Amino acid sequence: MILIAVISLGAIGIVGALLLYGASKKFEVHEDPRIGQVQEALPGANCGGCGYAGCAGFAGACVKAESLDGMLCPVGGAPVMAKIASILGKEATAAEPKVAVVRCNGTCQARPRTNTYDGVKSCTIASSLYGGETGCTFGCLGYGDCVKACNFDAIHINPETGIAEVDEEKCTACGACVKACPKGIIELRKKGPKSRRIYVCCVNKDKGAVARKACSNACIGCGKCAKECPFGAITVENNVAYIDYTKCRMCRKCVAVCPTGAIHELNFPPRKEQPAESKAPLAESKAQTETKLPTHQPEAAQETTSPIEVKEEIKK
Amino acid sequence: MMENSLYVSPSPHIHGGDSISRNMYGVLIALIPAFLVSLYYFGLGALIVTLVSVVSCVLFEYLIQKFIMKKEPTITDGSAMLTGVLLAFNLPSNLPVWIIILGALFAIGVAKMSFGGLGNNIVNPALAGRVFLLISFPAQMTTWPLVDATSAFPLTYTDAETGATVLSLLNEGVKELPSYTSMLIGCHGGSLGEVSAIALLLGFAYMLWKKIITWHIPVVMIATVFVFTGIMHLVNPEAYASPFLHILSGGLMLGAIFMATDYVTSPMTKKGMVIYAVGIGLLTSIIRLFGSYPEGVSFAILIMNLLTPLINMYVKPKHFGEK
Amino acid sequence: MLRTFRIGGIHPPENKLSAGKKITAIAAPKQVIIPLSQHIGAPAQALVKKGDVVKVGTLLAKAGGFVSANIHSSVSGKVNKIDNALDTSGYRRPAIYIDVEGDEWEESIDRSETLVKECNLSSKEIIDKIAEAGIVGMGGATFPTQVKLMPPPGNKAEILIINAVECEPYLTADHELMMEKGEQILVGVTLLMKAANVNKAVIGIENNKPDAIAHMTKLASSYPGVEVMPLKVKYPQGGEKQLIDAVTARQVKSGALPISVGAIVQNVGTVYAVYEAVQKNKPLFERVVTVTGKAVKNPSNFLVRIGTPISTLIEAAGGIPENTGKIIGGGPMMGKALISAEVPVGKGSSGVLLMTKEESVRKPMHDCIRCAKCVSVCPMGLNPAFLMRSTVYQNWEMAEADHIQDCIECGSCSFTCPANRPLLDQIRVGKAKVMGIIRSRKSK
Repeated sequence: MILIAVISLGAIGIVGALLLYGASKKFEVHEDPRIGQVQEALPGANCGGCGYAGCAGFAGACVKAESLDGMLCPVGGAPVMAKIASILGKEATAAEPKVAVVRCNGTCQARPRTNTYDGVKSCTIASSLYGGETGCTFGCLGYGDCVKACNFDAIHINPETGIAEVDEEKCTACGACVKACPKGIIELRKKGPKSRRIYVCCVNKDKGAVARKACSNACIGCGKCAKECPFGAITVENNVAYIDYTKCRMCRKCVAVCPTGAIHELNFPPRKEQPAESKAPLAESKAQTETKLPTHQPEAAQETTSPIEVKEEIKK
Repeated sequence: MMENSLYVSPSPHIHGGDSISRNMYGVLIALIPAFLVSLYYFGLGALIVTLVSVVSCVLFEYLIQKFIMKKEPTITDGSAMLTGVLLAFNLPSNLPVWIIILGALFAIGVAKMSFGGLGNNIVNPALAGRVFLLISFPAQMTTWPLVDATSAFPLTYTDAETGATVLSLLNEGVKELPSYTSMLIGCHGGSLGEVSAIALLLGFAYMLWKKIITWHIPVVMIATVFVFTGIMHLVNPEAYASPFLHILSGGLMLGAIFMATDYVTSPMTKKGMVIYAVGIGLLTSIIRLFGSYPEGVSFAILIMNLLTPLINMYVKPKHFGEK
Repeated sequence: MLRTFRIGGIHPPENKLSAGKKITAIAAPKQVIIPLSQHIGAPAQALVKKGDVVKVGTLLAKAGGFVSANIHSSVSGKVNKIDNALDTSGYRRPAIYIDVEGDEWEESIDRSETLVKECNLSSKEIIDKIAEAGIVGMGGATFPTQVKLMPPPGNKAEILIINAVECEPYLTADHELMMEKGEQILVGVTLLMKAANVNKAVIGIENNKPDAIAHMTKLASSYPGVEVMPLKVKYPQGGEKQLIDAVTARQVKSGALPISVGAIVQNVGTVYAVYEAVQKNKPLFERVVTVTGKAVKNPSNFLVRIGTPISTLIEAAGGIPENTGKIIGGGPMMGKALISAEVPVGKGSSGVLLMTKEESVRKPMHDCIRCAKCVSVCPMGLNPAFLMRSTVYQNWEMAEADHIQDCIECGSCSFTCPANRPLLDQIRVGKAKVMGIIRSRKSK
């Protein structure tokens, strides 16, 4: 009795083993072992920041590619790419570390609400419906599509300002939030020496008076910064200034002249020469990570917007 | 200042006013006739079993939502209450309180809330609770109180005299069965809510009128059982009972009208509903005729519940412009 | 047994508060804002500049492409500026601001009330006149009318269907237009029949307008080939594909145009505009707009110049009620919530609906209980619950396989959902995404 059981079970086991062996030989997929090695070196977050479906896809592409030009794992950065290069015996190309930047500073105080959105809390849905809860149709909606898209918990909506904020320690510049933002506010910018960055924190293309009316922190396209910039890094197009980070030398002159405080500087040591009277209140709350120019005095802004336009706005 | 308060949202801007609770309470109202009949025949026992079941289902849902899931309890939507009533209707009216509470815990805690609550469960919670009890306590779950047609609202509970159901009699090969009339009105042994076909059909009519469910699942399911058992009866009347007996006995009516039509666990398209109902009908008949259990509706529904996602995946609604 | 479309449909409360209210003309305001995008397709290109003096009916902007439409001045006066203005889209888009002075019309427009029946123009000439007058679908879709009348090669129109269904709750503009301008509409129908080269036309009217059905049937008896068909009341019967199904029992296939089953559908308001354009030389610069709402003092039907701010209409209907929570351009099912009452009336504005605060706010949503009510009401035979799920999980392949691109955005699913799920909100996003994927695949 026991013997029969042992023999039959053993026979079944052997037949099964043979079948499996045959199948594994017949249907064997030959894979470059280096793909596995490269994948091992990658962070394994499958964020898609490299442009491939996941880390495995990127690893396969790296092995196949002639050179590693243009291949970058934004999460692992240069060290990981160097590792991959050594595995594959190829040259690694140096890439500058980048970081996501939210180009909107229309805080709740600066940007009065004109209506209440009562749909699904999704930026995509709201922006396909209309311009948003405030007069500014370009700014951050604050429903957090970028937050949902981020795999690294590196972007959050600040409940006080209603605007997305990037945690640069965690940000890997994978670009998921850039794709998720329907307003195109988020940009990947050079991280800069000591994480110092200067950028125009506004994308409002409306004319100065309209933009100004909708948001007191808006870039009004006055062009003062462009004139001030000694390196020609600033261009004003469609009523909004843009700083080319490849040309910017971090002199901070533009920050000082901006009448609406739309140009932000990050991680700079506090200025010593700052005139104390006008620039104190707002900076304190964020002093640790960000010293930005406080909101300007309203009179100053109105001087810069063309008076005719202001009048037309009022008439309307 | 007017404009500051304007709401903006995508269309449509009006809503039909239908709600989950409206549907749930609608089903509860449809269950009232069956409940009254069970009170009449099973008396105090029916009342105790139903009350215990409802209260413990609602309580478990509240506690789990409040302390484990940490979200706003939704006990007022009526779904936990409905689970409680349906569970009670599937139990004998002489079941001890602690067993009922255990069943409610399984129904709500395991079958419903562990999947994420209403809408996310894969099987009908009440049925899962009943089957759990049936497997765990086979003796208590299959001793039914004897029905006495002459005494209305008997004041007995666990001390009731016990008897057998039509199906268990059939399974044992007994030939003397209750008349069709007593089966229609509910004067025969069984779980407390399943006995009266007329009361259940009344509830069905109400739900059709209120557009809570469509006719597809109950009608197709009962028809399938009728046809299948009918064929077997014609082949061998000695071994297999008449199809009328089959559709009037056991939990078929209750299952077809109230359990198989559970929104969450039944298919979404008409075609899918028909496939699902035929499946339940066939499985029920097979279990009843060839299985060792006298009753198979609960198992049949649970099995088809599990197949529902597959049916939903492959059976699409008829698309506009499609031949 | 009345005909209707065969799949899905709902019965929202009709609330036709302004039914039977005579159309009254509203005087031009001090300034009009005429948007350059009042139609589907490319925006029109402005021909005037600041300071130009225009008359009523002067061409302001010419069509910016094949699918586009001319835009005419609705007032006489001086062009103040061409600047961005908030329009019904919820965004600031280019528009022409005109300061109104007097009310001087272009001489070519025949302002008499006399009915002109005869028309000796050829099909081509009628279509040219329609294009010249800048006529677009006035039911709300605002698709340029002349494009619809020129079927792509290989297709032949057999039947002209006039959409007088007005299935949206509250709106009565088309109803009132039929009661007052029935004769002109029928002449317009014959013009369109000639333009599209068909000898059969059916005017589809829902059975909740018995007076319009009786009136139009009586008038139509003297117009050969024109028939009035009463239809069973069901939303969204005014959807192009649904109306064709109701009238001809033919279903347009997924992705196909109505012409594939030989049908051309035109809104009854459009037909009236065609009559005026062809027989009276009057371009499209005014339209009938219903102003309504449960709290509105005098729900009315107004004849309004394009570019008039909606606030002017609301004033004329008795002012904005105290607890207004939402202003909707169009009907409650497919209309757009507006941010401000200063938005101008466009060619596609069929109504202005003011909702009270209580009506405006959505109820909280719950998990889907798979009751399948959305499936049974979807007029396109889709599964909205699954489409929403595909969108939320960004499963575009599955969304496409489930025909998300066929959604007509009628809102029946969201209207019905007992769990208050924003089905259409999500499906719209998925539809846009999938349409983009399909387009990019085709262009490859």
